[in-house]
Amino acid sequence: MAEKKLRQIAIYGKGGIGKSTTTQNTVAGLASLGKRILIIGCDPKADSTRLILHAKAQDTVMDKVRELGTVEDLELEDVCKRGYGDVMCVESGGPEPGVGCAGRGVITAINFLEEEGAYTPDLDYVFYDVLGDVVCGGFAMPIRENKAQEIYIVVSGEMMAMYAANNICKGICKYAASGSVRLAGLICNSRETDREADLIEALAARLGTQMIHFVPRDNQVQRAELRRMTVIEYSPEHKQAAEYRALAQKIVDNKKFVVPTPLEMEDLEDLLMEFGIMEAEDESIVGVAENA
Amino acid sequence: MSAAEAAVKFVTETPVEEIERVKAWINTEDYKEKNFERTSLVVNPAHACQPLGAQMVATGFEGALPFIHGSQGCASYFRSTFSRHYREPAAATCDAMTEDGAVFGGQNNLFEGLENAYTLYKPKMIPIFTTCMPEVIGDDLNAYTKNAKQQGFIPEDLPTPYANTPSFNGSHIHGYDAMLKSILRTLTEGQKVEGKCTGKLNIIPGFDGNVGNLREYKRILELMGIPYTMLADVSDVFDSGCDGEYKLYPGGTKMEDAAESINGKATISMQKYSTVTTMKWIESEYDGAKAILPLPFGVKKTDEMLLKLSELFEKPIPAELKAERARAVDAMTDAHQYLHGRKFAIAGDPDYLLGIVSFLLEMGAHPWHILCSRSTKKFQKEMQALLDTSVFGEGCSIYINKDLWHMRSLLMTDPVDGIIGDTHAKWAARDAKIPLFRIGFPIIDRVNLHRTPVVGYNGAISMLSMLANKFLDIKDETCEDQWFEMMR
Repeated sequence: MAEKKLRQIAIYGKGGIGKSTTTQNTVAGLASLGKRILIIGCDPKADSTRLILHAKAQDTVMDKVRELGTVEDLELEDVCKRGYGDVMCVESGGPEPGVGCAGRGVITAINFLEEEGAYTPDLDYVFYDVLGDVVCGGFAMPIRENKAQEIYIVVSGEMMAMYAANNICKGICKYAASGSVRLAGLICNSRETDREADLIEALAARLGTQMIHFVPRDNQVQRAELRRMTVIEYSPEHKQAAEYRALAQKIVDNKKFVVPTPLEMEDLEDLLMEFGIMEAEDESIVGVAENA
Repeated sequence: MSAAEAAVKFVTETPVEEIERVKAWINTEDYKEKNFERTSLVVNPAHACQPLGAQMVATGFEGALPFIHGSQGCASYFRSTFSRHYREPAAATCDAMTEDGAVFGGQNNLFEGLENAYTLYKPKMIPIFTTCMPEVIGDDLNAYTKNAKQQGFIPEDLPTPYANTPSFNGSHIHGYDAMLKSILRTLTEGQKVEGKCTGKLNIIPGFDGNVGNLREYKRILELMGIPYTMLADVSDVFDSGCDGEYKLYPGGTKMEDAAESINGKATISMQKYSTVTTMKWIESEYDGAKAILPLPFGVKKTDEMLLKLSELFEKPIPAELKAERARAVDAMTDAHQYLHGRKFAIAGDPDYLLGIVSFLLEMGAHPWHILCSRSTKKFQKEMQALLDTSVFGEGCSIYINKDLWHMRSLLMTDPVDGIIGDTHAKWAARDAKIPLFRIGFPIIDRVNLHRTPVVGYNGAISMLSMLANKFLDIKDETCEDQWFEMMR
């Protein structure tokens, strides 16, 4: 049998857009297709694996390091847990808010996983679920050389989500120039805004990529989450489960990996205006108070 | 084995001709232009980093144990630099932050480190300063040290002044400044008494690797009959005698003297640029007069210092110092012919540079290339004003934020007779085939220069002897037989 080629995928997107939910449902979809997957949560909040593990909070790499006082005594079994569909789950975790360096925590955790052999040969996919705002180099660790080569950006038709997506593309360009990381597509996690699919299609086209899937809004996702489950596991026959399986299959088949062409701020605003998301600015009223 | 076989062979595929071509090319004007376009690379800088300067201050108080919050390797660098320069132990502790410290913040390291340092070495004060790592992640030293005391790791009443000293910002003189201000602020807290005056002078030497200079200041003050407290006095710490007994705390400014300094009659700094924020703070907090004096290199600057002291304390200049001045002027006259018209390149800290340039101008020498690897336009302006006071300053150039590899290009394309700087300049001097006069910090390849004062009138005699005699040595070593003279 030919050796499997490990695909490493990073999921980025604005905070609160639904990255973790989308990632876990998609991973569950892939697992249901028989794929072997490792999820690495790269967010100090550590909520990237709860639906797969049915756990409130997984012990993170950094929790254990804090407990042991050093990363050297840490064992892989302590932090790598098996969940639905044999999906392996790790959370990097991080310091308490306001102290230390969460970005360094991501670097430490990923280095540890590499050194300890978490990337086993039987794996088909590694998914990195990364903190929404790529605030420093630590959160770009998953897309450095020899790590994720494919990036999906979770986006919606809301203005700030699209700004964020465009900014992430700028970041990808920096790494793409020197490495093999490529943008693989936008995942639209619908917020039911006007002409949402058209808008994201248009944005994708401008970025040189594709909207790989439009995930409709469905409260079934939240119902599943109440039981700390993915829709795939909670209600495999539900139409929303079918959506995630469709997305999973599209990722399996995806061949469109590009260096994105981020938009200039003006072009992005033009696009938003074209779709009525943003109104044309009236420069004469900028900085003028209500009663002036 | 023949001499040819024994010769060092380069481990390279590059042909000899190509090596020779590049070797010649890096001495050209063309290369110099490219070298000066360089922006994102520093080669052999003429400065150290902030925490090194902080450690010098922290060492200068009696019973104080410098404490480095950050990486072990950084601590080794500061300690080994001081040990190599002074050839003395440089006691300091470090809380050795590692990977987990970088992620969670270094509070636990600080707790354990402070507890160990205090328990083992019983210091009177633990001044804390930082390396890059805790600065990048934003460790809060104020909160951490308060917590350490509240949780009983160290006694509440142990002074723990701290300074944030990131190495990626400023240089050793800024670390010196930050740590000094913090220590003085801590030790003088609540010590100010309205109407009280100790009648003493506070003297701050600034970042000066020459303990001979510190002793010379004291000698001058004693001759003038001015009672003084030298703040951050490293002279006995980094120049302690060998009497068979090791002392962990061999000297330094006494804690009570430092505390009382706030009620002094006057406070002077001998180095403007390495005490900017400290002097600003002293200006608003301390009683008495304040003055920032130039480093007293040469006759003119020494005159300025003595006149200021005389004015502040209403004391006449003692006959002994007047005699020293006369001898210095005599020595300058005797030696002027060997230095007059000679060109020098100088690298160093802003205050040292101003002092050396002033001295060279007095001697009728040209401070031709003046290079400071960390400084400001303000300094450049002050230096230019100094050059403008003398015809010997004409044609001299000031290079700020340039390094010793830039200096090498200058030496190759616009040659000078000698270079004045610290040990780091020895490669440039060797390539240019000119002598290096070691004045500055660190000097790690010659002995006792850190004990030989270069300030004051006597210091001027030492400096000009060092310079003139070297040129005479070179003449004797290199001249044709018919010019080899008994007398020079």
